[in-house]
Amino acid sequence: MSSKNKTSASGGLANKFKNMTDTNLLLTITIVVFLLMYIGAVIFLGSGFRKPQTFFNILNAQAALIILSCGMSLVMITKGIDISIGGVTALVCMCCAVYLDFHNGNVFMAIVIALAIGLAFGLVQGFLIAYLEIQPFIVTLAGMFFARGMTTIVNTDPFNVQNEAFVALKGTRIIVPGMGSVNKLGNYVNAYIEIGVIVALVVVAILFFVLKWTKLGRQFYAVGGNAQSAMMLGINVKRTKFLAHLLCGLLAGIGGFVYFLHVGSGSPSHATGAEMNAIASSIIGGTMLTGGVGNIFGTFVGVLSLSTIQNIVSSAGLDDAWWTGITIAAMLCLFLIVQSVVMARKKK
Amino acid sequence: MGTKELKKSNSNHFTKIFRNQIFIPLAALLLLALFNLIADPSFFKITLGYNNLGNPVLSGFLVTILDSGSEVAILAIGMTLVTAATGGQDISVGAAVAIAGSVLLRVLCGRDTRPETLQAPIIVAFLVCCVVAMLFGAFNGVLVAYFKIQPMVATLILYTAGRSIAAWINNNELPIVNDPSFGYFGGFIPGIPIPTPFFIAIICMIVIGLVLKFTNLRLYTQAVGINENSSRLNGLNPQVIKVLSFVILGLCVAVVGLIKTSRVSSINYSVIAKDIEMDAILAVALGGNALGGGKFNMTASIIGAYVIQFLTQTLFKFNVKSTALPAYKAVVVIVLVVISAPVVREWFSATMKKLQTKEVA
Repeated sequence: MSSKNKTSASGGLANKFKNMTDTNLLLTITIVVFLLMYIGAVIFLGSGFRKPQTFFNILNAQAALIILSCGMSLVMITKGIDISIGGVTALVCMCCAVYLDFHNGNVFMAIVIALAIGLAFGLVQGFLIAYLEIQPFIVTLAGMFFARGMTTIVNTDPFNVQNEAFVALKGTRIIVPGMGSVNKLGNYVNAYIEIGVIVALVVVAILFFVLKWTKLGRQFYAVGGNAQSAMMLGINVKRTKFLAHLLCGLLAGIGGFVYFLHVGSGSPSHATGAEMNAIASSIIGGTMLTGGVGNIFGTFVGVLSLSTIQNIVSSAGLDDAWWTGITIAAMLCLFLIVQSVVMARKKK
Repeated sequence: MGTKELKKSNSNHFTKIFRNQIFIPLAALLLLALFNLIADPSFFKITLGYNNLGNPVLSGFLVTILDSGSEVAILAIGMTLVTAATGGQDISVGAAVAIAGSVLLRVLCGRDTRPETLQAPIIVAFLVCCVVAMLFGAFNGVLVAYFKIQPMVATLILYTAGRSIAAWINNNELPIVNDPSFGYFGGFIPGIPIPTPFFIAIICMIVIGLVLKFTNLRLYTQAVGINENSSRLNGLNPQVIKVLSFVILGLCVAVVGLIKTSRVSSINYSVIAKDIEMDAILAVALGGNALGGGKFNMTASIIGAYVIQFLTQTLFKFNVKSTALPAYKAVVVIVLVVISAPVVREWFSATMKKLQTKEVA
């Protein structure tokens, strides 16, 4: 650990401005690549991508992942990691589903349950990581195991929720004016987004504001950049790390409920690999696992890039399951190498 | 209540044992064994039976632990080195096992997916599979060492793509090996009632033990893990050491790939060796090795691997469903890491001292 602190001392707080430009540089690369990819898809793959609804569908499907990735970016900025978020999502879905259907609950209480589960995970994991100084990876790995196991203990079989109030909420569509298109039958179909997208956008906006313009946000960057110098500046490092993990847990709760709202069912296999997708999105969005560098808006673009490439792969006719995995991995590899090269040149 | 001196020497002795790295996995093992002994001694029963080929085989919970724990133990060897050298973990080993197994079957079966006879000798297939697994290990290693990407992120690439690549190698078909001799590696060699994976694990342990004893691998790995810059100034090449650790892990992956495919004489790309990376990392952590790199204790890791399997089997014994298993595992893991956390240990010894001074006063 001591060696790492020494090497990162040069890129620490003293070079805050340099780090900020790193963030901007990586963000720009991400946005450019995303736009090129989307425009390329519109030109070469045609019809499907020209409809605005395709874009909104990506948003609808990925709203939960956007929220989860925001939490992931947050802990990654403070040099931590949280791989329990996928498990927490599954647990939230299952608990809410069981509560709504078997106990005739109301939707409001279900939201409270979702938030409580997320907060509980954030609280315990944050305490273990920040105050007992246990490796974040091990703690959240155990968190993931626990959440996945609890999901099957709560209920083993997947089922669809029949609760009327919930189904109504799930079906609510917010129409985006002026973005509709004419379908094959010649009828005009309005473009729509789901409630989850609104939640996701609000979360992105709030976190963007917090990270950019509040004291807490600056503390996250400071702690991630160099914990030692952050401590010398009088920042409570442990509390900051704790808060980051607490927030990530809370966001996992929110993201879990949004996921639940999108799929409308409880299943132990929900959100499998969501943590890896969230990490990948964060990295593509320019957040670095070494801490101190990252941007929530970049994460948002990262999620969009990830799902756009999935859509491109499936609409290009390469529908075999393995192509998605390979292309995402290739893209991740590309971004990582770009990041590492950019950083290496910066240091010179 | 002894005298002051006796107490002091006792507590010193106690802290010495307590501080020893191997104490954690051994204590966990003892605790588990004790728990089983009290709850239901039949856990330790081993019976000699005959399998459907008429060969004598031992069966019982302990045999199963030796059998399946060996896979994790083999991976733990490589994972310990990677952890020590790079300060990160390889999360792609499960996917890499799928690739290794797929290559193995591809060479064994050739173009036809269900041949009557083997298309190549097993040893040739295994060597090819070793080379491929080591190449993938080197890929991870290069990303980590030369591009300076965090190990967990660098291996995330192979983690995402690995199972897809494994399926692609065999055109998503499921080759089946008919030759019974292929089944020996994951099952039993005729006439020997102890499961073969255990022997393979022992061979791996002996090899790594000899390597650590007669080469500078341990010293170099620890030097790179503790301080990369100063090891470079001392004339080591940290990049090469890091890649080497990943290549060794690749070799371990190939061995596990052989065992895993041999068990079923076929492969299921999405299920084979699923979550085994988590078990391997846990074994390293349970062994008390610092996950941030540096010093390592190979024996502790290997014992850690068997402890995890011991825990799994204990839970199975008490009719815990395999899907609910992770929840219990997680609780045990959290308790173990909390106990072994330096902060908690310091607090513990400080309170012990306080109590002692109070009693003396």
